[in-house]
Amino acid sequence: MSVLVFADASQNGKVKKASLEATFFAQQIASKTNDKVVVLLYQGNDESKQKLAQAGASKIINITNNIAGITDYSVLAKLILKYIQSENVKDVILPYDIQGKAVGAYLAGLLNCGIAPGVTALLEINNDIYKFKKNVFSGKAFATLSIKGNKKVITLLPNSIQVSFNTSNTAEIQDVQDDFNAPARVILKSVEKNTQGDSIPLPEAEIVVSGGRGLKGPENWGIVEELAKVLGAATACSRPVADAHWRPHHEHVGQTGLAIRPNLYIAIGISGAIQHLAGVSGSKTIVVINTDKEAPFFKAADYGIVGDAFEVVPKLTEAIKKFKASQQH
Amino acid sequence: MKILVPISQVPDTTAKISFTDNNTKFNAAGVQFIINPYDEWYALVRALELKEAGLAEKVSVILVGKADADATIRKALALGADDSFRIDTEPTDAHFTAQQLAQFVKNNPYELIMLGKETISYNGGVTAGILAGLLDYAFISSASKLDLNGNTIIAHQDIEGGYQVVECSLPAVISANKGMAEQRIPNMKGIMAARTKPLNVIPPYPVEITTQYEQFELAPGRTACKFIDPNNIDELVNLLHTEAKVI
Ligand SMILES: Cc1cc2nc3c(=O)[nH]c(=O)nc-3n(C[C@H](O)[C@H](O)[C@H](O)COP(=O)(O)OP(=O)(O)OC[C@H]3O[C@@H](n4cnc5c(N)ncnc54)[C@H](O)[C@@H]3O)c2cc1C
Ligand SMILES: Nc1ncnc2c1ncn2[C@@H]1O[C@H](COP(=O)(O)O)[C@@H](O)[C@H]1O
Repeated sequence: MSVLVFADASQNGKVKKASLEATFFAQQIASKTNDKVVVLLYQGNDESKQKLAQAGASKIINITNNIAGITDYSVLAKLILKYIQSENVKDVILPYDIQGKAVGAYLAGLLNCGIAPGVTALLEINNDIYKFKKNVFSGKAFATLSIKGNKKVITLLPNSIQVSFNTSNTAEIQDVQDDFNAPARVILKSVEKNTQGDSIPLPEAEIVVSGGRGLKGPENWGIVEELAKVLGAATACSRPVADAHWRPHHEHVGQTGLAIRPNLYIAIGISGAIQHLAGVSGSKTIVVINTDKEAPFFKAADYGIVGDAFEVVPKLTEAIKKFKASQQH
Repeated sequence: MKILVPISQVPDTTAKISFTDNNTKFNAAGVQFIINPYDEWYALVRALELKEAGLAEKVSVILVGKADADATIRKALALGADDSFRIDTEPTDAHFTAQQLAQFVKNNPYELIMLGKETISYNGGVTAGILAGLLDYAFISSASKLDLNGNTIIAHQDIEGGYQVVECSLPAVISANKGMAEQRIPNMKGIMAARTKPLNVIPPYPVEITTQYEQFELAPGRTACKFIDPNNIDELVNLLHTEAKVI
């Protein structure tokens, strides 16, 4: 039997980091159950195939043509279902990103099977009962989630595991034209992008610089953007900042916004309300800059600077620039 | 056209999280429960707006849960839902909950089903999609805007780094994200009216349970924050590089 990963590379041929993580995770499961990992790749290039093989794929089926209506999640779920049947699949692994969340759930409905959403680690496999670790209560706790059944859908929270590539691993590769056709009901009219050109999408960013009401107004975001630029970071904000339209809504992090877990989160002029922390407490390292030494955020921080953002942030930007320059030698 | 809004109850956002029974159960003692914000602020309020605009004739809410959730259901009625249903069983997991909801919809057809994007408690974010798959309905996931033009939905569906404008005809399942509507506060008239609105308790459907939360553990707190002198920023950069290893 096999463990199936779906990897969408249709944007530019390149497989996403989250899909490589899903493949490596699939390999962790397959090695315990003596199965093999099949990746259903959508419009991937040769480099993507090689990376997927090195992450643990035994077989890669690369669909090269356009599937009509694939932006409709039910169409994509039905496409995956076809390969579940033809490849004798028992488990499906997807990244817990916007697409994987929706498609995984729809697929679990079509299969009427259990789904383990947004897991962060495999704990144990005992026959057909798997146990995973998952964050609950917005990162305030962890749970052990068990799932059983002869079919399972598992979605992996991005940035939860470290992929180790086996450079000697190769996979059987099939490039296919697929004439799959299911009626699309959700019809795509247009696509609106929030991010300009080369800026980094927040959910994937490894470093995030975030601003709160302490920055006083939208005209003061220059210092945040400057710092983000030198760090190669994405920008984020607290909810009142988005509600006041100082920053676009898609930058809002927290319980009712995005939940992110970058390697480094720098919070500037944010008090650290519990609902804000809910979206960022999974970050590996947290730096807080705030004038108020009693600000609750310092209790959730690794490093803190008590000081005025308008003085501290430009200094930090300069210090990072200096550091980056010194690294080049 | 009738709209069904499945709602869940979750601990208040500031509630202290703890566990009982050897860390196998959430400790509900002393915890204030609220309607999950995505269900209330966005899905329910938008459904009510559609009804007020004459585009829907009825808005029902449904909750899978025991009698302790009745106060939460009454709050949804106070906000303006016409009637309500409670499937009388512990909502153990999303697959179970979605199966209960699917059975209900098969017996009581609704053209539009609006759920929240995710519960802020177990953070699954999958009930809407599973329900849509079980019913083989059209599914719009994480919508930040929803309009109706006759029988056609026009919605903004989130994608990485933006959104898609999509159209879809009914019946459909939608999960609601921030932006779809503005939070409302129930008024006195609504609260009075809610007392006499129907809350129908129905027995659970026999369905399979596939997933289970077995054990919980509080996330470890961070070690104490290291304070750095604002006049010595180089030290912070140094620590981020050599100690935290993040730059
Ligand atoms: C159900 C619910 C859900 C919510 N969801 C979210 C959510 O998802 N995300 C979210 O962010 N919030 C959320 N909130 C709101 C949350 O409770 C807080 O109100 C909000 O996070 C505060 O934003 P803030 O830190 O930017 O502003 P404030 O709390 O006003 O904090 C501003 C901070 O800036 C500091 N400051 C002032 N001047 C300076 C300066 N010159 N330099 C440096 N620091 C300075 C101040 O000391 C203060 O600590 C939610 C609330 C509720 C009730
Ligand atoms: N017990 C429940 N009863 C009714 N609807 C629910 C229940 N639990 C979750 N839902 C709905 O499903 C959505 C997503 O939940 P989840 O998949 O658990 O994150 C919620 O926002 C609700 O709209």
